[in-house]
Amino acid sequence: MTALAPPPPAAPEADAPPPPPPGGRRKLTPYWLLLPAILWLLVFFAVPMFFQASTSVQSGSSGEGYELTWHWANYTDAMSEYAEHFGRSIMYAAAATLLCLVIGYPLAYMIAFRAGRWRNVLLVMVIAPFFTSFLIRTLAWKHILSDGGPLVGALDALHLLDVTATLGMTEDDRLLATPLAVICGLTYNFLPFMILPLYSSLERINPALHEAAQDLYAKPATVFRKVTFPLSLPGVVAGTLLTFIPASGDYINAKLLGSPGEQMIGNAIQRQFLNVRDYPTAAAMSFLLMAAILIIVTVYIRRAGTEELV
Amino acid sequence: MSAEQAAGVTLTGISKTFGDFTAVQPMDLSIPQGSFFALLGASGCGKTTTLRMIAGLEQPTAGRVMLGDRDVTSLPPHRRPVNTVFQSYALFPHLSVQDNVAFGLRRRGKKQVHKEVEDVLELVELGPLARRKPAQLSGGQQQRVALARAIVNRPEVLLLDEPLGALDLKLRRQMQLELKRIQTEVGITFVHVTHDQEEAMTMADTIAVMNHGRVEQLGAPAELYESPGSAFVANFLGQSNLIAAEISAAEGDELVLRAGDTKLTLPRDRMRATSAASGTKVLAGIRPEKIAIRSRSDEAAVPEGHNRLTGTIKDASFTGVSTQYVVASPWCPELAVFAQNVESAAGLTPGAEVVLHWNPAHTFGLDGDQDADAGTGEDAL
Repeated sequence: MTALAPPPPAAPEADAPPPPPPGGRRKLTPYWLLLPAILWLLVFFAVPMFFQASTSVQSGSSGEGYELTWHWANYTDAMSEYAEHFGRSIMYAAAATLLCLVIGYPLAYMIAFRAGRWRNVLLVMVIAPFFTSFLIRTLAWKHILSDGGPLVGALDALHLLDVTATLGMTEDDRLLATPLAVICGLTYNFLPFMILPLYSSLERINPALHEAAQDLYAKPATVFRKVTFPLSLPGVVAGTLLTFIPASGDYINAKLLGSPGEQMIGNAIQRQFLNVRDYPTAAAMSFLLMAAILIIVTVYIRRAGTEELV
Repeated sequence: MSAEQAAGVTLTGISKTFGDFTAVQPMDLSIPQGSFFALLGASGCGKTTTLRMIAGLEQPTAGRVMLGDRDVTSLPPHRRPVNTVFQSYALFPHLSVQDNVAFGLRRRGKKQVHKEVEDVLELVELGPLARRKPAQLSGGQQQRVALARAIVNRPEVLLLDEPLGALDLKLRRQMQLELKRIQTEVGITFVHVTHDQEEAMTMADTIAVMNHGRVEQLGAPAELYESPGSAFVANFLGQSNLIAAEISAAEGDELVLRAGDTKLTLPRDRMRATSAASGTKVLAGIRPEKIAIRSRSDEAAVPEGHNRLTGTIKDASFTGVSTQYVVASPWCPELAVFAQNVESAAGLTPGAEVVLHWNPAHTFGLDGDQDADAGTGEDAL
């Protein structure tokens, strides 16, 4: 054994300083590995952010061009003019996130603990919708929710549309062009972003912990409440963030499935940029949205208290 | 923590099959109240499955599980008054040590758990670490948390599923003594699953040796060791020399066996073969440490009436407290002999002609129809 073993490699390096040439290069390796990502962030995030920031305090008109005049009023104007859009975005995104959690958690739980050899098939099915484009999937929902379609008919027959109408989610016995339609579209489109992190945190839970909890007099419901759910919190936090953040900036669902009454902040920003060409206001709105999301997410993570995640 | 609440376990006709595989053959087992009982066997022998059926984590295919005089066969695990120390400890990683320990008490509606948790952590010497998370503890400390988490509930029966398997040798020895001390202190019935025969013998009052889903032999450690009932037990518990022989005569309380041209005697009550008729094939067994070894030139000094075998030393290894010899004899190619290093071993080197002898009372006889190598080698691990 001893005769065959190679000399211990770590021993000389432990007390003696490493030989300079390879040591110096090795020290730089992490930075070389980081370089592509840093360049990417600089070119596609930091630089555009800087231009956006400067645009957001410019004034002028689309005809005569815009100039940097430190026109902070862009922000207050955007806030007062589009308060409703901001509110709607946050609300719709929050509702969709909640729905995703309610639908996604049992599914992720089932795949992680009960699916057996079907696990991989089910996971592929979760991401299967990604094989078609976001736009086409949302257009498909337009058909599903269409007036006089089977879904509207069925919900109407069950008088469920009356219930949603009282909640202010639908109107006039139709689904399309209502808040419910937009929320449903958002839920559908972002559901995989909820399921995948939930699955990965559930799947990591040692099944022996469930047995240990049962052995320590916990009923099945208590096992879930005291062991499974707390241990899946990192997945819950990651999933809700991955759903809420893109959903609050989304404009496709509101545009295709909603009416002007369901416009979200994304729609307003898109119109300002591409139709009105009021770049400063659009940039200011973008920054406001970013700030709102940052605040909400920070408060949320503090509350969820998951040291494991951050 | 009183002994009155401890209960015995009675398994009646219990069996478990998984698809085509029979993990536990139908068996009856009675574990006395307040005892330290070990289920000993190689991996895959059904010992853990048996334990899990007592815990309720596995439903028996047939048979009943009784705790004291209560039938618990159909009760789910959370309604059985037993607790388990799991092999991997299964500590809740999101809870501190004290919350792990309080888990069972809280589930049973206890509000004031602080005192009990403190006491049990004192018992396992973990008081100062109460606020740590399991990930911040060493293996041995985690093991003690798992133990505290189970015994704090004062279960009627405590189940231990190879709880020391993940510890290094020194810590394992220490925890064995500690577990034994705690068992004596709390008086709960302990059912301990292990594949380590030394561990089972050190700790248990009674050992059930399991092999291929059934109990091969049950008894006190010394009883199992001194008079094993089968080749598997003889080889799995310690080491044995098994010599193929046949019965040639019965003389009073003794049986005379013949192995080739060598005559061996053993007490009649140490013969496990069903027939004692002349010509019956048997295995004559002798433990290596019971054999004395002498140079052939010294043969005259062998006490009268001892069983004796001649042979040549094939190998000698010095282990400090003893020297282990492998001796080739015409009737048994590899006899193991452990000789205490008390006297000089001059001349006892490989190649030397020797005579082995032992008191016939230490010989045991087994049925000759079994594989003399059962329970040795890879089979045993």
